[in-house]
Amino acid sequence: MQRVSVLIELIRERAQKLLEDGIVNRVIGWKKGEFFYDRTPAVFQASDDLSELIYDGFCSANLSKYLIQENKKDGKILALLKPCDTYSFNQLIKEHQINRENVYILGIGCPDMLDINKIRGKGIKGIQKIEENDDELIIDTLYGQRKCRREDVLLEKCLSCKGREHVAYDELVIGDLRNDLTIENEAMSDSASGKNPYEMVEKIEAMTPDERFAFWRSELSKCIRCNACRNVCPACTCIKCIFDNDRSGIASKANTDTFEENMFHIIRALHVAGRCTDCGECSRVCPQQIPLHLLNRKVIKDINEFYGEYQAGADTETVGPLISYKQDDVEPDIIMRKGGHK
Amino acid sequence: MQVEKSNEVERNIHMDLKKITEEQTSQTGLTEQISENRANGTREKGIGAKGDFKPLIVAFCCNWCSYAGADLAGTSRLSYPAEVKIIRVPCSCRINPIFILRAFGRGADGVIICGCHPGDCHYSTGNYYTRRRMTLLFSMLDYLGIEKERTRVEWVSAAEGVKFSTVMNDFAKTIHRLGENKKLEDLRCKEFPY
Amino acid sequence: MMFKINKDRWPELFSEISRDRELYMPIEKAGQIQFEKWNVDAKVRLDQLNTVKSPKDFFFPQSENIVAFKTKGKNISIFENHDESRPFVVFGVRGCDAASFKILDRVFLAEPVDTFYKTRRENATVITLSCNEPEETCFCSIFEIDPVDPAGDIETWVIDDVLYWKSITEKGHALTDDIKKLFEKADQQDEEKIYNHKEKVKDIISKLPLQNLNINEIFKNNSMLEIFNSSKWKELSQPCMGCGTCTFICPTCHCYDIRDFDTGHGIQRFRCWDSCMYSDFTRMSHGNPRSSQLERFRQRFMHKLVYYPENNDGAFACVGCGRCISRCPVSMNIVKVAKALGVKDDE
Repeated sequence: MQRVSVLIELIRERAQKLLEDGIVNRVIGWKKGEFFYDRTPAVFQASDDLSELIYDGFCSANLSKYLIQENKKDGKILALLKPCDTYSFNQLIKEHQINRENVYILGIGCPDMLDINKIRGKGIKGIQKIEENDDELIIDTLYGQRKCRREDVLLEKCLSCKGREHVAYDELVIGDLRNDLTIENEAMSDSASGKNPYEMVEKIEAMTPDERFAFWRSELSKCIRCNACRNVCPACTCIKCIFDNDRSGIASKANTDTFEENMFHIIRALHVAGRCTDCGECSRVCPQQIPLHLLNRKVIKDINEFYGEYQAGADTETVGPLISYKQDDVEPDIIMRKGGHK
Repeated sequence: MQVEKSNEVERNIHMDLKKITEEQTSQTGLTEQISENRANGTREKGIGAKGDFKPLIVAFCCNWCSYAGADLAGTSRLSYPAEVKIIRVPCSCRINPIFILRAFGRGADGVIICGCHPGDCHYSTGNYYTRRRMTLLFSMLDYLGIEKERTRVEWVSAAEGVKFSTVMNDFAKTIHRLGENKKLEDLRCKEFPY
Repeated sequence: MMFKINKDRWPELFSEISRDRELYMPIEKAGQIQFEKWNVDAKVRLDQLNTVKSPKDFFFPQSENIVAFKTKGKNISIFENHDESRPFVVFGVRGCDAASFKILDRVFLAEPVDTFYKTRRENATVITLSCNEPEETCFCSIFEIDPVDPAGDIETWVIDDVLYWKSITEKGHALTDDIKKLFEKADQQDEEKIYNHKEKVKDIISKLPLQNLNINEIFKNNSMLEIFNSSKWKELSQPCMGCGTCTFICPTCHCYDIRDFDTGHGIQRFRCWDSCMYSDFTRMSHGNPRSSQLERFRQRFMHKLVYYPENNDGAFACVGCGRCISRCPVSMNIVKVAKALGVKDDE
């Protein structure tokens, strides 16, 4: 926590200065909530007290999504973006959803985000306070003190971090974070920041079709169509979603049967195909903890394999794989030669 | 005269309605039949001469090449199964993944996409996008455990009547072997007892 | 009369109950705990405080068929294909969820009575389970809900791998009589054990951060319009993404939509949950009456904290289960709203 608490001071300082100089007229960041671990995205006006602005291992929300609406308002907004958030930002610039001049990006260093669900999954209840001590978390609860290793409760997406470099920024505020963590990364085992992002995808691909069907049936039957995944996704920017449009023929508000459970997720994965930056928000917000990132990563893996390595949002120039083509692309029957046992 | 007639028609409808609802509610057997049908998942499908299962196949054909190819198959008196229902689209890249899922949901056992050969698209580049889109969609369906052989993409030109016929026959045979589509069916779309 | 039964005999108990009734309880499936039908292989999990999806689903299902139509020429046939309800038992309902049923009753059992809901309520036997380890997100006590003595047809406690069972209502007695032979009678020692356990849990509850909120002060003493026009709503609704998660996991939210689905052979009319957070909620010919997220956000909390109590003798439409606190994607919840509007801890 020490490293990050130094960082928040630097961030507040810079934000204050930029507000005073009139370069930006508001800041979007995170605010502390009721409990030690909850953080809400919030917009701070110039007159607001920036001491409420907070940044730590629980600030996992991707703020790029809010910029879509925010950048339409008057004045320039200061956005605090972590490295993975900047990929979403670039992708939105590419899609003309954000006007670059209306946003001033403060690229902030990332200490790897913590997952409160994983902490709870360890049976830790009644959380009152969480303290970080190097790579250990000391948690004060109503039922006594608990400890766990930091790397055991990191967000799934942080285990296969794309890298700590910001791909879009006006200014960087990293403090000592990068240096510390670069050294640590080398010493750390495969379990963090080096994990193969497609490990689980490959495991599922190696199953038989019936096993795969059973796996996805058990996962997708939990879906309650709350639409959290769709609304938090920076790639889902349609003003009227096809599932809300009565004329599309597939509009619905609830999964009335197994077909609809499957359909919603297949369609959503394909609608964001080639634009998904793998920010991991969909899986983080799902109240039923369905591993939605496995669907999106499967599409990304296929794109990498068939059409060349592509990372959405790495820059603002490259044309997406689904709106471009090569004359010698693979034929669709390539899938007959892939996958698990027949 | 017209108004009177329509009033009479309306009254008839109303009386029919009442009669049918009364019949329905008195026939408790019907409700049981409905629940049984839903439980068994039976469907009034085409029953072949030998009483075996006949698959329902939807073929999306692009207007310029593959639909013309189908026409040619017809005029050359080459037969392909009657279970293949053709839907004509202006170009194969008109096809939305939603169409394919809807086809499966509403009872199709197999879906085949036919388009112009890559490089010969009537709109010059449409089928390139089809190729990419369908590869990703079919790969996703395979990932979810749906049988790979239920979907296919074939490039059929306007002169290839023979190919069209061969492909459809082959596809129907494959689907017949695979059996009824259970994994991607929409139970709401099943036939009520009538 | 208090009964008890050891953990190793629970499968026997459950299988006896499910002989002529459907039995539902918190079961782990694919890493998540939800109310599912019990069977011998089920992984029963009574240690989890809350399921993500609340048990309101049993009385007010997420989607249910109402009627189906088929037209032929100018004739129309109507099929009533609504699923029949059979007697069932819901086991392991926490105090907060059991209280939510009463809130839903006021809505669905008021004239005109929702017959589908009524049938299901009549067919159900609710077996509540006392909470052992309340979490920091719980605040049921401010709504006068007792988590250690949860009201239901039958109340149960799990202490040290023993299930204690006490039937309260007629329905509870009827079920208990059927399976009485499996139980042992609880004695004085057991009663003491339960009492001590209750005291221990009450102690934990007194330490919960949210359990001192004086909710009545702001919402009963201030005028409706004052709260409605508060300047705080802008700030509160800013992060809300309008996803609808809160409404679907909330045990008291009860808005629904009636839709028609074209099956290709006819029309299926069905009812499904709707969310006031959606942009097309109660859409009419001119559009949505609440066109901004601020209005929709405000509406939800005004309904729970002001309008519902106004129409229902002061009962709040919240049971303090804490689901919205832990599941909102942006950590917005009813407690934050209440506090922003002035609710403070009791001195």
